[in-house]
Amino acid sequence: MIGFIILGVYTAIFVGSFLLITYLVRSATNDFTALKTVTFGDESAVRPNRWASIISIVTIFLIWGSFTGSNYIPGFLHAPAPFVGETTFTYTLENAEGDRDDATVFVRVGELGEKAEKFEVEPGEGMAKDDALAMSASRTETLLFDRNDEATRKDGAKVVAIDGQPIGPDLSIRTDAGRFALTAKGAISFTPSSGLQMDPLYLPPPEAVVNRFFEIATEGYRGYLLYEHLGISLFRVVAGFFFGALLGIPLGYAMGLANWPRGWFDPIVEFMRPVPPLALIPLMIIWFGIDEESKIILLFLAAFWIMIIAARSGVSGVNITKVHAAYSLGASKAQILRQVIVPNSLPEIFTGARVAMGVCWGTVVAAELVSGVNGAGFMIMAASKFQQTDIVLLGIILIGTIGFGIDVLMRMAERKLVPWKGRS
Amino acid sequence: MSGLAIKNLSMRFDLPNGSHVQALQDVSLHLNEGELLSVLGPSGCGKTTLLNIVAGFLAPTEGSIELNGHSVTGPDKERGMVFQQGALFEWMSVRDNVSFGPRMAGKKQAEWGEHVDHLLDVTGLGDFKDKAIFELSGGMQQRVALARCLANDPDVILMDEPLGALDALTREKMQGLVLKLWKETGKTIILITHSVEEALLLGERLLVMAPRPGRIHKEYNLPFADMGVDGDLREVKKADGYARTREEILGMIWDMEEEIMGRSEDAS
Repeated sequence: MIGFIILGVYTAIFVGSFLLITYLVRSATNDFTALKTVTFGDESAVRPNRWASIISIVTIFLIWGSFTGSNYIPGFLHAPAPFVGETTFTYTLENAEGDRDDATVFVRVGELGEKAEKFEVEPGEGMAKDDALAMSASRTETLLFDRNDEATRKDGAKVVAIDGQPIGPDLSIRTDAGRFALTAKGAISFTPSSGLQMDPLYLPPPEAVVNRFFEIATEGYRGYLLYEHLGISLFRVVAGFFFGALLGIPLGYAMGLANWPRGWFDPIVEFMRPVPPLALIPLMIIWFGIDEESKIILLFLAAFWIMIIAARSGVSGVNITKVHAAYSLGASKAQILRQVIVPNSLPEIFTGARVAMGVCWGTVVAAELVSGVNGAGFMIMAASKFQQTDIVLLGIILIGTIGFGIDVLMRMAERKLVPWKGRS
Repeated sequence: MSGLAIKNLSMRFDLPNGSHVQALQDVSLHLNEGELLSVLGPSGCGKTTLLNIVAGFLAPTEGSIELNGHSVTGPDKERGMVFQQGALFEWMSVRDNVSFGPRMAGKKQAEWGEHVDHLLDVTGLGDFKDKAIFELSGGMQQRVALARCLANDPDVILMDEPLGALDALTREKMQGLVLKLWKETGKTIILITHSVEEALLLGERLLVMAPRPGRIHKEYNLPFADMGVDGDLREVKKADGYARTREEILGMIWDMEEEIMGRSEDAS
């Protein structure tokens, strides 16, 4: 239900901001692409609208804050909160003889996750007596209304209406106070209006995540500070990738340059390539335990096949005329490898390295989820066991940020080292 | 014996389906030092195969090639290549490309620096020597390829449609440059081309090849290259016999193409 509302709000902002921005902002650029009249179908003319990117990110945080009642955003933007406070409803009791009597139930609803204090009320007159109910927001409570009534369910008495609306075993109803249903044994089940906000157990507000960030950065979590958790994950990735590239690239070259290694390693590489690194985690634990060693070997394997294939396709991507030209100019095999094949395969190797780093980063998190005492993946796994959703969210945000950062760095290095990529 | 001798060259290879291709059949030819031979023919006549065998990239099934008395078995710096495109090293500057041969031979900059700079000036690349390859136009890239080949001082220069990817105007200018460099350096050159005009203008000798199997169809000795060295290439085109020879060769190649078409239509 809330999901559909959020989707609706999101779509409305998407369309609304598009109309608003196109109406308000005129493109200042007047370059060649801006002068193209055919853009629908010309992919090269499609450029990301920076306004859309900014509004997109703001929208995510706005919706997050709004549906969690965050105090980072003004109250009027909040989605309706769950009911907290005092309310009453009346129920109509009918005994076995068909006589009816009304009684009032006084309800006190506490904050989310906090049950209101128990209290007593005067029972009042008649066959049905008034009750008191203490509960917490968004929760469902079962009221054994007949504990103090003169006619009980054992005598054949039953509830036939709430606030005047008929109710039955198959008929649940909704009143101003909330939702009502009858349990199998005839007791009243009551849920006060839960509003549209998310339970912090499922989605904590942004400030909870921010506070966790500073808390873990300064005090640590499970014995390690935040930078140690992230640092150890990064270290594993870099170490695994380093060894994967160190062995994978020469092997890939060998496969691209000679028949025997090509034939020898082809079946192994083709077999191992489709095996997801995650499927190797159990084997790595059996063979190498749960310490650093098993994780780094796992990441080595994750990077290894990717780098072999990248180096091999880098060699096969060398335009044969370049090699012929180099031979005709008197270059030796070693010189051709060093001067022609290696530089020519650099773009492919960089592409492979970017993929490998991405896979390694994903794999390290998964490996830490399964075993370990530190690391970004361990952090979110441990937190999830104690339902500390804010730490889980914090971990996911940091993992995403670091993964993105790695890719940006790799792309910068690529531009610096292979400026001719895609321009020959 | 000096010069390039191509003796009874045949090339035949098997296809995966069990049939075979006779790419060349009994091609013989002798090229004296300093001669410029242009080779023409419809596609599939084996002219590129012939060039690759001379360069040493392919081994013939029969026959042999001798250069200045020794036989050719593989690529060597005595036979330089100029390709149509894509043979330059994008990760090196223009000057590093041109000096590639001498540098690979382990020579010091003092030995090749002057020669390379001279070649860069002759080819009009003096101001571009520190540029990256991808910053140059197609015509300039081919000038780099020419200069790179000459910097290595080969005995024979093999050109595989070196001007094929250029636009008509650039191509005309480059034809003049090829003639100029040929006269200046006195190199033996084999030039493969698709263009009859180019073959006539540049070829001191002209070979027309016929397909299936690839063989020499007819050979010409032409005066136009010598005229073009000192004069204007466009004047050469008005010279006696130029138009007639061009039409004769064009007709020859048209007939071959039609024969191929007819044969493939019969097959289908």
